[in-house]
Amino acid sequence: MARAAIPGGLSARRAWRPGRLLERRVESAGATTLILDVTDWPGHLPGQHVDVRLTAEDGYTATRSYSLAAPAEGDRVELTVQRVPDGEVSPFLCDDLLLGDAVELRGPVGGWFVWRPDQPGPVLLLAGGSGLVPLMAMVRARPADGPPFRLVYSVRQPDDLIYREELAAVAGTGGVDVRYVFTRRTSGDGAGSARRAGRLRAADLDGQGWGPADAPTCFVCGPTGFVEAAATILASAGHDAARIRTERFGPSG
Amino acid sequence: MQSSGDGETDLPSGPPGEAAGPLGEAAGPPGEGGRGTAAWDGNLLAGPLSEVFAVDVTTAVGRCRGCGARSAIATLRVHGPQPGLVGRCPGCDDVLLRIVRTPDAVWLDLGGLTSLRIPADG
Repeated sequence: MARAAIPGGLSARRAWRPGRLLERRVESAGATTLILDVTDWPGHLPGQHVDVRLTAEDGYTATRSYSLAAPAEGDRVELTVQRVPDGEVSPFLCDDLLLGDAVELRGPVGGWFVWRPDQPGPVLLLAGGSGLVPLMAMVRARPADGPPFRLVYSVRQPDDLIYREELAAVAGTGGVDVRYVFTRRTSGDGAGSARRAGRLRAADLDGQGWGPADAPTCFVCGPTGFVEAAATILASAGHDAARIRTERFGPSG
Repeated sequence: MQSSGDGETDLPSGPPGEAAGPLGEAAGPPGEGGRGTAAWDGNLLAGPLSEVFAVDVTTAVGRCRGCGARSAIATLRVHGPQPGLVGRCPGCDDVLLRIVRTPDAVWLDLGGLTSLRIPADG
């Protein structure tokens, strides 16, 4: 399943090139999607990411990595950025970067945490917080007649949800099952879960068609604590380690 | 990745400072000092390693010199980015690789790996 060849080619992948902000879309109080125009973007696979570099007037640079949120569409690239309090880069990207201004991008990079649409088999997606972003790229890349997907999305409380309407819409079509886990506070408005607040647990992953015998490919993404806990649940449930791919998004808050 | 160190004979080791890691940015364990649960993993190395390698290395399987475990580079426990990125063995926590970017060089230490198996088409 692991392959080294990914789109971009040698020079395309190494270069830093400008991405111009076309549009900004607020996803939640804490997250904003940036739609960038990147000339001659080579395309990308769902799950890949880019490095974004900002350079200050004095030459100081800060580089951060962000997952591509949506399938490739010509030169149009979407990133969803979670605003980190006192962060050097994310508050600028979320709030201050002006339409028409550019940031430097390197990518797409990453061949491990990737779902290729021609891969067979069901897909189990476990998202912690902003770890949903690369998994949403996979959901958005899934063809209508594609394999079954299950997304289990864990956030502290309903206000932290991103892509809420889109997930509600896709969950209503065939083939994609979406479950929410609220770790701190549920809303009681039936936002997808009648379960009491609490961390992800084995019962959240139960269900016909999603056991180890069904051999789903499992993608887990979120803060490191979430990834460890979720991967442990999968392994304990008997899922084949070779079918579990993880991406750690940073320290657990 | 930010420059650090003086570019002399060994890997530069700038001041620890705040590890404002890439994805998510929240302060994590400083540089190599923090031995707690690593905030990042080898997926983060894809961009920096792309300056050096012609193919994606995160899908390569590396063998740990310390414990012999074979792990995909993407699964390494990664600390940093100050003073550089350090990838540790998921099995025994030994340092497998380090990468540091200075203004005129990429410093790469792969000494913790005895081998790297990189998938390649026939």
